[in-house]
Amino acid sequence: MTRLGPVAARVVLRRRVANMAAFALATAAALLTLLVLGWVLWTLVGKGLEGMSVELFTALPKPPGEPGGGLANAMVGTLIVTGLAIVLGVPIGLLAGGYLAEFGRASRAARAVRFVSDVLMGVPSIVVGLFAYGLLVRPMGHFSGLAGAVALAVLMLPIVTRTTDEMLRLVPSSLREAALALGAPEWRMVTGVSIRAALPGILTGVVLAVARVGGETAPLLFTALGSPYWSLDPSAPTATLNVTMFNYAMSPYEDWRRTAWAAALVITAGVLVLTVAARRLRPRER
Amino acid sequence: MTASESAERQPPPAAGPVAADAPRSRAAPQRNASNRGSRRLGDRVLRWATGAGAVTLILVAAGMALTLVSGASRALGTFGLPFVWTSVWDPVREQFGAASALVGTLAAAILALALAVPLAIGIAMFLTELAPPWLGRPVSRAIELLAAIPSIIYGMWGLFVLAPFVAEHVQPSLSAWLGFLPFFKGPPLGIGLLSASLVLAIMVVPYIAAIARDLFAMVPAHLKEAASGLGATRWEVVRHVVIPYARSGLVGAVVLGLGRALGETMAVTFVIGNSHELSASLYRPASTIASTLANEFTEATGELYLSSLIALALLLFLLTCVILGVGRVLVARTAARAGAA
Repeated sequence: MTRLGPVAARVVLRRRVANMAAFALATAAALLTLLVLGWVLWTLVGKGLEGMSVELFTALPKPPGEPGGGLANAMVGTLIVTGLAIVLGVPIGLLAGGYLAEFGRASRAARAVRFVSDVLMGVPSIVVGLFAYGLLVRPMGHFSGLAGAVALAVLMLPIVTRTTDEMLRLVPSSLREAALALGAPEWRMVTGVSIRAALPGILTGVVLAVARVGGETAPLLFTALGSPYWSLDPSAPTATLNVTMFNYAMSPYEDWRRTAWAAALVITAGVLVLTVAARRLRPRER
Repeated sequence: MTASESAERQPPPAAGPVAADAPRSRAAPQRNASNRGSRRLGDRVLRWATGAGAVTLILVAAGMALTLVSGASRALGTFGLPFVWTSVWDPVREQFGAASALVGTLAAAILALALAVPLAIGIAMFLTELAPPWLGRPVSRAIELLAAIPSIIYGMWGLFVLAPFVAEHVQPSLSAWLGFLPFFKGPPLGIGLLSASLVLAIMVVPYIAAIARDLFAMVPAHLKEAASGLGATRWEVVRHVVIPYARSGLVGAVVLGLGRALGETMAVTFVIGNSHELSASLYRPASTIASTLANEFTEATGELYLSSLIALALLLFLLTCVILGVGRVLVARTAARAGAA
C-alpha cells in the first residue's frame, strides 16, 4: 500500500462514506417498500378474515344492520362481466397483434396501429368507462353489465395486442422461412409455426390482461353500475364485486365496511392467483 | 423445437411454375391448382381477419375521442376555452370550470413522483448491485406483487389505515418542522392532497422500480468493470456508469409512472376528500379529474353538468396523450444520443 497524503486520505474517506451512505439509502428504500407491502397485506388479510363468512359467497346483500348478508350476486356479476370482456376483447387483440407481427411488421400502417395501441394503453380506465357510457348506456337509456364488459374489453385490447405482437416477433424468422421453404402457405406458417412457438408468451399476456381488468373498479362505476339483486342478464345493471366494495367501504355502516374488506380479500386473492399463474406460463427467459 | 416439427415435412417441390400473380417474392412455388386455391383462400382469410382486428383497434380509439368530444361539446360551447382555467365548480348554479380538478390532478401526480422516483431508483440499485440472488429474487417478486394489487385496495387501505396515521403522526411533525411554508398549514385531517399523493407514490413505485431494475441489469458488465478497474467505488460506478447508460429508459419509466398517476381513480377517490376549492395547503381536501368523475358522474343531473364532467375527461385524455407523447420524444432523443456517443 502506498502511503497517502492527508488530502488524498480525506478524499478517499469522503468517497467511502458516500459509497456507504448511497447503499444504506438504497437498502432503506427497499426495506421501506417491503414494509408498506407488508402493512397493506396485513391490513387486508386481518380485516378481510374478520368479515369472511359462508354467506358472503351464498347470500344476497342485506340492508345495513341486518346480519347475514353476502355478495353472491356481485361475485357472479364480476364473473359474467369479466367473461364477456374476455370474449369481446381477446380475439380482437390477438388478430390485431397477429396483423402487426406477421403482415404489418415495420410498415407505416403497422407503426400507426402500434402508436394507437400505445395511446389506448395510456388512457385512464375511468375515461374508458366514460367511453362505454357514451357508446352504450346513453343510447340504450340504462346502465348494463354489457357496457361494463365493453369498457373492460377496451382496457384489455391494447395489452393483448402488444404482447401478441411482441411474442410473435420474438419467433426467429428462420423458423418462418423454413416453413415457407417446405411449401407451407402463409396461413399454415402463421397458425402452425409462429403462433405455436409464441403461444406460452401470448397466453401469459392474456392472463395478465384478465388479472389487470379483474381488479378494475373505475370503468364499471357508470357502466355496470350495480344492483342488490341477482343480475344474470348482462343487458341490465349488474352488480360487480369491485363497485359494491367501493360503495360499502364509503358507507358509514360498520358491517358494510367489514363486508367490503372481505370482498377485497377475495378479489385480491383472485388477481394474485391469476398473476402468479401467468408467470408460470411464461417461457423460461434466459 | 416443437415449432419446426409442426411445419409440413415434405420434400421440396420440383421447380414448378411460380404463380404469376404471387403478390410476394417469398411465396413458395405452387404444387397444383387445387392446393393453390385453398392456399390463396386461407392466406386471404387470415390477412383479412387480422387486418380487421387492427382496424377495430383504430376504430375504438377514434370512437373514444369522438365520444368525448361530442359529449363535451355542450360544456365547451357554453363556457368556451376559459373552462380550462376557471376554478368555479358549482352544480347548483350550473357554473363549471376545470381548474381546481386540473391543479389537483397535476399536484397529486407530481408530488407522488417526487416521492416515488428516488425510492424506485434506490430499490433498483439495491436489487442489481447489492443484494445477493437469494435475497434479490424474493424481494423482486414482492415488489412485483405490490404492482398487481388492485388500486381499490390501496384506496381502502389509504382511507382506513394511512389517512389516520398521516393525521396522527406525519402531519403534526411536518407542521412542526416546515409549518412556516403555506403547504403545511391547516388542520391535520389526514384526508387530502398529502395522503392522496402518498398512496399514489406507493402505487407507482413498483412500476418504476421494475423497469429501472431491468435497465440496470442491462448495463454491460465490461463498462462497470472498467470503472471499477479505474478505482471507482460501487456507488461511483452506479452514479457515473449505470445511471447515465440507463438514462433514456429511466426517463421513459418516470413518464409511464406519471401517466399512471394522472389517471389513477380509485386509490385517490378514497383519500383526497373531494373538494373543489383551490388551496396551497397539502392538508386540505382537494379533487382530481378522475376522483370528480368517480364521485359525481352517476349523480349528475342536468345536461350541462354531465357535459362538463365529460369535458373534464376529455382534458384528462388529452393530458395523458401529451405526456406519453412528450415522454416518447424524450426517450427517442436520449436513445439517439446514447447511440451516437
